[in-house]
Amino acid sequence: MVPYLAEASGTPRIVAVEFPFGHTLGHAHDRDEQLRVIRDALRALQEIEQPNTVVHLPYEWPDFDHWRTAWHPPEPPPIMQWLREQARQRAEAKHQE
Amino acid sequence: MTVDSFKWLSPALANYYKGMAIQKEEVPWTPLTKPLSRCRFSLLSTSGIYLKGKQPPFDLDRERREPFWGDPSYRAIPRDVRQEEIGVAHLHINTSDIEADMNIALPVHRFLELEEAGEIGSLAPTSYSVMGFQQSQDEWRERYGPEIANRMKEEGVDVAFLTPV
Repeated sequence: MVPYLAEASGTPRIVAVEFPFGHTLGHAHDRDEQLRVIRDALRALQEIEQPNTVVHLPYEWPDFDHWRTAWHPPEPPPIMQWLREQARQRAEAKHQE
Repeated sequence: MTVDSFKWLSPALANYYKGMAIQKEEVPWTPLTKPLSRCRFSLLSTSGIYLKGKQPPFDLDRERREPFWGDPSYRAIPRDVRQEEIGVAHLHINTSDIEADMNIALPVHRFLELEEAGEIGSLAPTSYSVMGFQQSQDEWRERYGPEIANRMKEEGVDVAFLTPV
């Protein structure tokens, strides 16, 4: 999902798939899709010979416009709320200058 | 096709991750020395899965009070887990599809099917769940990671299959 981070942190064998967060192996109840990704990963396990290698899978996740935000949690995470509040306070302080 | 690590992130979050200082450890490497049909697998997911009624959920209340903190503990998930037994505690993703089908994050039932078909040797008695929002990996590196690794060794695990979410 984020092979950039996996590679940078020294993971020995990495399989990258361009699925949205929370859906690493595919759609819920899509057994065929899940097994396809798993079997690709098992093939990579057998074939990768160099440590820190990334194998990129070719699967595209449909309906990007919907899923671009559908993977988001129902409420913004606490860290996002904190960052937004910080930005709001900075903007307010700047406005008062 | 090259997977775009930042496809699903807002520009602000993408820039945050690109600017993150990442400590590159020495890459651990254990060669695969036997066919998959004789390998024992254990799974680990960062999706916040836990067993309802038997295990406490990951501490989301504390994360709400301390936005930079994430619960570093782990949950042991047995190979005979049923979908209706699991809960998902994670504030950073929409968890509803994992609550409907845990196999998109922790593919226990898919691996049992591979075991039944003889494609893998076996799924270990225990797989593992952590909650992936961690500002510091110190407790994972120094306490919980070694604990999980030792438990995997005790169960004769050959391969750890990791699924971040």
